[in-house]
Amino acid sequence: MEPSGYMPIVLQSLVALGFVALVLIVVPLLGPRRKSDKKNENFECGIEGQGNARMPVSIKYLMTAILFVLFDVEVIFFYPYAVNFREMGFNGFFAVLMFVGVFLLGFYYVLRKGAFEWDR
Amino acid sequence: MSLILLFTTALLIEKIILISVLFAITLGVAAYSTYGERKVAAFIQDRLGPNRAGPFGLLQPLADGVKFFTKEDFTPNAAERWLYILAPGAFMFVACMTSAVIPWGTQLTIFEKPVDLQVADLNIGILYIMGFVSLGVYGIMIGGWASNNKYSLYGAIRASSQMISYELAMGLSIIAVIMMTGTLSLKEIAAQQAGLNWNIWYQPLGFIIFLVCALAECNRAPFDLAECETELVGGYHTEYSSMKLGFYLFAEYINMFISCAVIATLYFGGYNFPGVDPGWLGGFMGPIVLFAKIIFFIFVFMWIRWTIPRFRYDQLMHLGWKSLIPLSILNMVLTGAGVLLFEN
Amino acid sequence: MTLYIFLTLAIVSVITALLMVFSRNPVHSVLFLILTFFAIAGQYVLLNAQFLAVVHIIVYAGAIMVLFLFVLMMLNLNSETEPQKSTMWKIMAAIAAGSLLLTLTGALRGSVQLATPVQSNPRVGLVENLGKVLFTDFVVPFEIAGILFLAAMVGAVLVGKKDLKL
Repeated sequence: MEPSGYMPIVLQSLVALGFVALVLIVVPLLGPRRKSDKKNENFECGIEGQGNARMPVSIKYLMTAILFVLFDVEVIFFYPYAVNFREMGFNGFFAVLMFVGVFLLGFYYVLRKGAFEWDR
Repeated sequence: MSLILLFTTALLIEKIILISVLFAITLGVAAYSTYGERKVAAFIQDRLGPNRAGPFGLLQPLADGVKFFTKEDFTPNAAERWLYILAPGAFMFVACMTSAVIPWGTQLTIFEKPVDLQVADLNIGILYIMGFVSLGVYGIMIGGWASNNKYSLYGAIRASSQMISYELAMGLSIIAVIMMTGTLSLKEIAAQQAGLNWNIWYQPLGFIIFLVCALAECNRAPFDLAECETELVGGYHTEYSSMKLGFYLFAEYINMFISCAVIATLYFGGYNFPGVDPGWLGGFMGPIVLFAKIIFFIFVFMWIRWTIPRFRYDQLMHLGWKSLIPLSILNMVLTGAGVLLFEN
Repeated sequence: MTLYIFLTLAIVSVITALLMVFSRNPVHSVLFLILTFFAIAGQYVLLNAQFLAVVHIIVYAGAIMVLFLFVLMMLNLNSETEPQKSTMWKIMAAIAAGSLLLTLTGALRGSVQLATPVQSNPRVGLVENLGKVLFTDFVVPFEIAGILFLAAMVGAVLVGKKDLKL
C-alpha cells in the first residue's frame, strides 16, 4: 500500500478534530456562568485548600515509566520478526530466543531488585 | 489525468461518507453503552435501572447528553487554563481515531458500486491502534496535572502508570497473534479467519491476557483505580464539569467499543461466522455479525465490572508486571515453537 | 502534491520544534515536541517507511514523552521555588552551545556532497522487508541491542536504588 492510503486517516483526524473543537467552543456558551472565589477553588473535600498540587510523587511511578520505555522498545523489535516468523524457520527463532533470554535476564534482575514491589 | 482526478474525488467522497457514518455509529454505540451499563448493573443487582425517560428508559442517554451540554462549564482558578481545556479534547480525539483501521465488513454494494467497509487498510493496522492506545495517556496525565488538584494529580499518575504497564503485556499478546497470521493488516487478519477458523482456538492464553489488558487500558473495573471514589473522589477528572467531563466519560465508552471490536477482529473472526457469508444482504451481513460479537463483548465487559471487586493498587501493578508479562512471553515462545514443530 | 505535503510537514516540524525550545512552561514544551514527532512520522509515511513511522509514534510520542511528563511531575514545578539562573550561567551556556554550532558547521562544510540516493525499492521500508533484513544481515547488532537494554535496566535500577530501599 502506498502513502496515499493514509489520506483517509488525515480525513478522519480532521473530522475528529472538528467535532472536538466545536464541542469545546460551543458548550461553554450554553451553560450558565456564575463565578465566585469560593466556587472556583480547588476541591479538597470541603476543607480549606493547602498549597497546590505541584508536589513530588513516589519514585516508583518514575521507575515504572523508565522500565516501560525500555521494555516497549524491546517489544517493538518482535513485530518485524512475528511478520516473517514462518519464513525464518528455526534460525530466526533461535536468534529471537536469545533476545528473549536477555530480555528475561533483565526482567529477572529488575524483579529481584524489587522495582515492582508496590507493597513496601 | 482527469479520469484519475475523478476517481480520487469519488473515493474522497466515499471515504468522507464512510467516516461520518462510522463516527455517528461510534458515538451512538458509546451513548447507548451508558444505558446498557446501567441496565446490566440493574439486572445483576436485581434492580430496575433507568426506566423513566421514554419506554424502558431508552431516551436516558439523550437526557444525559442534554444535561452535560447545559451544565455550567467552569475552570478552577488554580488550573493551567489552556492545558485544562486541551486535555479532555485530546483524550476524545485519540479515542475517535482508532476506529479507522478496523474492517467492519468486506464490501458493500451501493448503486452497483463496491465500497470497502474500512476507512484505511494500513499495512501496519494493529500497530496504528497500539500507537493511539499509547497516546491515550496524555489526555489523562495532562488533565490531572493541569487541574492543579491533589486528587487529580494522583488519579492521573495512577491511571497513566497502569496504562503503560498493561500496554506491554498487550503488545506481547498481539505478537503471538501476528505470528499465527503473518501480517499486521487487520483486513488480512479478519479475512484469514473465514468460517470457524478463528484465532481463539490457537491463542486461548493470548486472548485472556489481551482481555485483561483491554480492561486495564480502558480504566474499567476491576482496574478503575484511577477514579476510585473512596480514595480519590473522581480521580483525574475531579475538577472537570459539563461536556469536558462528558468527553472523559464518553471517550472511555468509545475505547471500550473499539477494544471489543479489536478483540472480535483479532480472536473471534471479525465479520466471519460459520454458515454466514459476509457478502449477504448486499454486504450488510458482515457488519451485522461483527456488531453482534462487539455487543456480546461489551456485555462481557459490563458483566465483569459489576461482578468483580476492585483491585488494590499494588495488586494491580503486581498482576501487570509479575504475571501478565512473563505469561505473555511464555505464550509467544510456545506459539513460535508449536508452529515451527507442527508445520515442519 | 508530494512536494506540498513534504513542505507542510517540514514547516510544521520546524515551527513546533522552535516552539518547544522557546515555551516557558515545560509541559507545553512536551506537547510541542509530540507535534514535532507527528510531523516527522508524516515524513516517514511519505518515504513509505510505514513501520518506522508508527514505531516513531509508539516509542517517541507514546513512551519517551510519557517518561518526560512523569519526570516533570516528579519535579517541584512551583514557579516560586524555581531557581533563577544567573547571567553567568546564561553566558556559559551560550558559549557552550555556540562552540557546538561552530563544530557542526565546520564538520558539515568539510563533508563531501553525496549523490542523491536513488530509492531502489520503494517497498524496502515495509515491515516485512525490514524484518528480513534485521533478522538475517543484522542479527548480531540486534542481539547486542538486547544486551544494551540489559545495561540500561541495570542503570535505571541503580538510579532509583536509594529511594526504592533495595
